[in-house]
Amino acid sequence: MILNASGCLDAVAAPDVARSLDAFVTKTVTPLPRAGNAPVRIAETDVGMLNSIGLANPGRDAFVAETLPRLRALGVPLWVSVGGFAADEYAETCAALEDVAALELNLSCPNVDDAPETAAEIVAACRAATELPLYAKLSPATWDLGEVARAVADAGADGLSLVNTIRGLALDERTLRPRLGAAVGGLSGPALKPVALAAVYTCYRSTALPIVGMGGVRTGRDALELVAAGASAVALGTVLFANPEAPARVRRELRQELHALGLGSVEDAVGIAHEDAETLKRSLSFVGEKALQSG
Amino acid sequence: MRRERRSVVAAEAVGPYTLLRVERGGLDPGVPGQFFMLEAPGRLLPRPFSVCLAPPGELAFLVDPIGPGTRALCALGRGDELHLLGPLGNGFRLDVRRPLLVGGGIGVAPLPYLSEALGRPPAVVGFRSAEHAQAAALVPNAEVVLEPAYVTDARPPGEWDVLACGPEPMLEALRAVVARAQLAWEAPMACGYGACHGCAVELDGEWKRLCVEGPVLEAAA
Repeated sequence: MILNASGCLDAVAAPDVARSLDAFVTKTVTPLPRAGNAPVRIAETDVGMLNSIGLANPGRDAFVAETLPRLRALGVPLWVSVGGFAADEYAETCAALEDVAALELNLSCPNVDDAPETAAEIVAACRAATELPLYAKLSPATWDLGEVARAVADAGADGLSLVNTIRGLALDERTLRPRLGAAVGGLSGPALKPVALAAVYTCYRSTALPIVGMGGVRTGRDALELVAAGASAVALGTVLFANPEAPARVRRELRQELHALGLGSVEDAVGIAHEDAETLKRSLSFVGEKALQSG
Repeated sequence: MRRERRSVVAAEAVGPYTLLRVERGGLDPGVPGQFFMLEAPGRLLPRPFSVCLAPPGELAFLVDPIGPGTRALCALGRGDELHLLGPLGNGFRLDVRRPLLVGGGIGVAPLPYLSEALGRPPAVVGFRSAEHAQAAALVPNAEVVLEPAYVTDARPPGEWDVLACGPEPMLEALRAVVARAQLAWEAPMACGYGACHGCAVELDGEWKRLCVEGPVLEAAA
């Protein structure tokens, strides 16, 4: 299953791109409208890109009244990304949403202040407010991610979205001043891929929750690696900015990668990075034969 | 909007700028003021460029080598290939009575194509040096001003429908002194098609994504 990372696609502005996904994840919705941060909001670096958008969105009421009906008209399963600055704000938004495929709790935006409650407390508040599937989107920038994942699972999360961006800074090559208006922003793109792989790998071991893996995916091979680490779905972020046709290409490449390994589906590849060498040799017929031939 | 891989026909120096001429293929050049995202070789993100010229079979873009992406584009040569996505955004409205084109620096980029579409109306273009001002040769019927003189000082007398592109201070200064203007704004953007919210700017109390609501916006009188 291929999704977009929240905030990396406007399905109303680009409906064909949204329709090329298995589900569309909205930009994060907060209780009140937010203009977002002052420009400059985007800076490319040698290893990824920084953004400091700052959760620009029309607010919960306008989203439900105006944006959501337009998104429903696209006919794509919808995941709504929910944000807030306190657990009850998250819960109120969850309660206001119905008839969507899932809710993703943005517990980790690097561009706004955190809620005072822990991720698990926010998940518990939302669990009490909705029956919809709840995915907790976590930051990889914590030393005890496996513990956080276990805690949100215990609090009632149905899945994990891994990972959000991590904080980064870029300086102007001439003035040596920060290039972003907000100085520090969220780092995405290729630099995030090993970070995402580690987060998915860690959480796959610490919980049984399904995982949407994201961070620096550019090719089907990148998607396969996240799946091998434990993701059962993959989301595309920065690559969508460079190429709106990326979902179809990544899907095609992923199928080719799986075929080359003798695997029939994504499900067969989930978590294979955790299998011991003997099990892996049996499950990967192609690799196994090749190893025997060369041995 | 279409994304296609196209060959470079030529990369020609115009003062410190490069006029990058690319095979058009099946791409629609769009209306003047619209733009394309050009793949910047070796870089993660493409860069936005308004169409500078659209002769038969070609699209040409004026590139100022100010960073790693634009330098990579200026280093392209005949036969090199790159991806183009476009045309994007809203261009200039061409139903004007008495057009005056105004450009500043690399902001002259959309004016040659715009001038052809409007029958070569008068233009005022400003640059920071004589070397940069070589780009004025691309704009028909252009009066050239060099810093410290400004385009606002060199406007011909009378009422004009101003169509302008240039740095933000120039657009703000124009907005303050002319009654009717269509202004092409610029901001760093990652995607060009409304996805990233990177190019949002606050104008008259409203936030606009320049890629989908601009880059050309009507200036309130």
